[in-house]
This record gives sequence, C-alpha cells and structure tokens, in this order.
Amino acid sequence: MSEAPPQSPRTRTLAEASLGSDDSAWDGPKIRYDLVKEFVVALVVIALASVALAAIFSSPDDHPVTIRQWSQGNPGDFLATSVTELDGSSPTATYGPPYNSWTSGEGQKIGPVGLQRWAGVHIPVNSQNDFVLAPLHLAAASDPSLRAALAQYSTASADQQKQWTTAYIKGVGHVKFHDTAVVLPRGRYGPVAPMLSGLLNMARTGSLDADLLASPQFYGTDYTKPLLFIADGSFLAAEASAQHLQGDQWGMMNETGNYPGQAWLWLYTMWYQVSPFSTSWSANADALVWALMMLLTLALILVPFIPGLRSIPRLVPIYRLIWRDHYRRLAADAGSSSAPPGSG
Amino acid sequence: MSDTITNRFADGDAPSEDPVDDARPAPGDEKMWTARLRGAGVRALPPSKLLPDRQPSYVASWVYIFGILSFASFIVILLSGVVLIVRGPSWWHESQVGLFFNSIHLWSVELFFFFMVLHLWGKFFMAAWRGKRALTWMTGAVTFAISIGAAFTGYLSQQNFDSQWISTQAKDGLNSVGIGALFNVLNFGQMLLWHVLLLPVFVGALIGIHLLLVRRRGVVRPLPVRTGRHARTARARTPAAPPSSEGVDR
Repeated sequence: MSEAPPQSPRTRTLAEASLGSDDSAWDGPKIRYDLVKEFVVALVVIALASVALAAIFSSPDDHPVTIRQWSQGNPGDFLATSVTELDGSSPTATYGPPYNSWTSGEGQKIGPVGLQRWAGVHIPVNSQNDFVLAPLHLAAASDPSLRAALAQYSTASADQQKQWTTAYIKGVGHVKFHDTAVVLPRGRYGPVAPMLSGLLNMARTGSLDADLLASPQFYGTDYTKPLLFIADGSFLAAEASAQHLQGDQWGMMNETGNYPGQAWLWLYTMWYQVSPFSTSWSANADALVWALMMLLTLALILVPFIPGLRSIPRLVPIYRLIWRDHYRRLAADAGSSSAPPGSG
Repeated sequence: MSDTITNRFADGDAPSEDPVDDARPAPGDEKMWTARLRGAGVRALPPSKLLPDRQPSYVASWVYIFGILSFASFIVILLSGVVLIVRGPSWWHESQVGLFFNSIHLWSVELFFFFMVLHLWGKFFMAAWRGKRALTWMTGAVTFAISIGAAFTGYLSQQNFDSQWISTQAKDGLNSVGIGALFNVLNFGQMLLWHVLLLPVFVGALIGIHLLLVRRRGVVRPLPVRTGRHARTARARTPAAPPSSEGVDR
C-alpha cells in the first residue's frame, strides 16, 4: 500500500513540507495508497471476523418474562403488586410524568430545573384501571361473583376502599396457596380478595398478558403497560439480579450470559456506582447523570474549541509514537542535508 | 429546464481533460442551478481529491486503518440488518439461521464500536481537528453519539429478557429529563422503527459527510516537533516556508 512512487518535480523535501501550515496542501513526498483496496480488504476481514465470532459465540436470547410466568412463579408477589396498583401506591401509580400526575413530590430535578414535570403527561397510564379494574371487567362478563365484587368495590366510598386494600396489603404477606386457591389470613378484605384472586386466575391463564397489550385498533406494538406492571413487581428484578444486571451491578451495559453487552455505556453506568450520585444525590441521580453525560458529549464534540482540552495531544507524546516513522525520516533528512558537502 | 439546446463545444473547443474545467458551466448556463451545483461539487472535491491514489508520506501507521475498519463494520451491520429486516423481527427467535444472522449483527456492532473508539482516541492524540478540520472531528463525535442510540434501540428491539430489563431500567433516565415523553423505550414498535430506519439513516449520512470532509481537507499533518535538530535545520534552509500552524483550529 505504501511503495514510494516517483515524486513530482514540484515536491518539496520532507523537512520543507513539514513546515507548512496545517490547512495547506501537503507538497512533500507522497506514497502510493490504494484506498479502494484497503476498504475491500477491511470489509472482507470484518465480515469474516463477524461470521467467526457469530459461529463461535452466537448471541444471547433469553425468553422474556410474561405476566403468566410471574403469576405462576411467584403468585404472592403478583398479588402484593396488584393490590398496590389498585390502591394507587405502586411505583407506576406514583411515577408522575410521562405516565400520570403526581399525588405528591415533583420528580427529579437538575438544580431548580424539573424537566420531567415540564414535559408533562404524554403516555397516560392509570394503574388502578389499566392493570386491575379494566381486565377484571372483561372477565366479569362471564363470572357473576366477580361482577358482584366489582360492583361492591366501585360503589364503596374511597375510605372504605382504602380500608380493604390496606388490610389486604397486610394479609398478602402471609398468603398461602392450595393448588390454585388463594388462602389469606382472616381479615376485612371486602371485595378486594375475590377481585385479586380473579386477576390472578386471569394472569395464570395468560389472558392478562393479552389484555394489557390489547390495542383498540387490533394490531399492537406498544408494551408500555405490561412492562410497567411487570417492573412494579419483584419477579423481573430477581431474574435480573441473578444475571448481574441490576443498576448497582453495572446493569445497563451488561446483557444476559457472558457477552460484552453495551460496553460503550461504561461511563454512563459508572456514575451510578460512585458518590455523590450513589449517595447524597441519589434522589435526582437519573437526571443529574443524564445532564452530566450530555455535558460531556457536548465537550467531546467541541474539543477543537475548548482551550486546555485541545492542547492535551501536544502534551501527551502519543503522537510521536503514531508518526514515529515520519519523525525518524525527518531527522535523517535533516541530518544528511546539514552534513558538509561531499561528506557522503 | 432550458428550452434551448446548446452545444458546450460549439465554438470548436475540445473537451477538457481537467474534470474541474469540464464541470464549468457552458456559456449561458452560468445561472443554472444544476450547472452551478456540479461546478461547486467538482471544485470542492475533484476526482483526484475524492479518490486519491497518493497520500502524504506520513500516512504510514496502523492508526490510519481504524477509521476504515469502523466503516467496514458499519457495512456489515447494515447487510446483516437488512437480512433480519427481510424476515421480520420474530425470525431470529425461531430459526437457527435467523439466530446466526442476529449474531453476525451483534458482533459486527461490537467490532464497530471497538474500532470507532480506537479511531476516536487515535484522532484525539493526533489533534486531528487542526487545519480547518474541526467539522470533521465534530461529525465523527456526533456519529459516535448517535451510534450509541442506534445500538441502544437495537437492544430494546430484541423482544427478549434483555429488552425488557434494559427498557424498564432506561426509562427512568429518559423520563427524568423529559425525553421519555416523546421517546418511549417501552414501545417496541417505536424503538424498532428508530432502530431500522431513522438512526441508521442518521449514522449513514453522518459517516458520508465525515468521509467527504476527510477527503476534502486531506489527512492532518503530524504535530510539529519543535525541539529536534531537524526542525531548526529545516527552518534555516527554507526562509520562504509558510508560517507555523499553531493558531489554526488548535
């Protein structure tokens, strides 16, 4: 690729040409350089390397968690999560924008700036209705006892509803299962117990997966609701912990199995592991890490204009390694041209 | 469109062998948008600049191949991605052939980032933005940033456990700064379209602009070594040499 060709008569010596300004055309010695051949060779090498890596290591494809799996694998957690969706105390119910309005708090802030609040509610999610009541109303069409429980719940006062759900939250911690039957300690659960048992039955058959994904226009590709519901429980997180994917395990950049994952997210993920983002700033960690990363990305783009940063390459002698052949030739040329005439 | 037929060589001029001359508008065509665009394009990037077969003698280092290896990886990503698009998003979960093409797609992405990071660090330590090359650096840095988004949406479009976990974790960061209101990582359809259409188009266009800028400005010169004997000697022998580059896009 780099055999020295005959030089043009206008070509200056290496030393002379090296004194030209950075924006002037190079008029020193040149070499043959076959760009097209280089690209074709690179393409073949990368294609072969990708095929070889694919053949040897394949790629991870762990099955997704379904609500059916969750309700069968950990029905207690399913019921405990469902009752918090019903009484509006789940992570999704209290999330705020873009899913719903806050009942308390203002969300994450960057100093005084609350971008989450400013963006507003664009993907409305009502956990009580979307995750519990609406699916139950569908099942109630063929289940009179469930229909009666729903009627009792919906006509009760808010205080009464709260008393039932509060009692259920206490009782569900001691829940037992006999075959498919839910056995709770004695308590004043009202219609909440049959409602949530009905929801569990729906989940076990897989119909809740379908109902939460159901789209009014038949086709659907938006998994926002089922994913939020699943993420509110501990089943998904437990699976992730087993795969070392939690946030405090550098989770965002990892993937299942022993694969490199998104290694390029190391800097973003790192901030979550270190103080003060992991300690005193943790309440606003997401917003602050994002702000910091945007700032760093902007700095990367604007390196040529940032005093100090743009001078680092001159101070770190890595460039001497990169261009060591050039500097060696330059020194040799200068040495030979400064020698006395006839000295050989 | 012109309503008159003109012969550019009607006056007996022979066709020029210089492509820059050849691109000049014929008499009377100077105000034609097409002729002006062609002229400006060829003047900015004549064929000898667009596809040169010579490079300055200092272009002799392994560091120069990281850029072309990144570009080659991008082509393999596109080709393997096209195969996956043709058969649809569920194919690779159901077929060993599909899984193999998904694996090629994954590993070419890993190679793309590996070589792009090496390319970026190499260019940083070469201070490659010197000599009115700041825009070249900036398009490269933006390409890197958008490529992260392209890979991220790929992970979200896999329809497996990784997609579920990454999306439910990533939503909090995006929502905390208001981006999640428009860019919903839990919406598979939205993420898939960003991944297979919008972001590849952005990355491809930026790579194209980046490559054209590299060709237009040429490969940056080595940083001057001011302390060596050769520099003093060379300066003494070339009194008419242009001033040093210290102040240009440093």
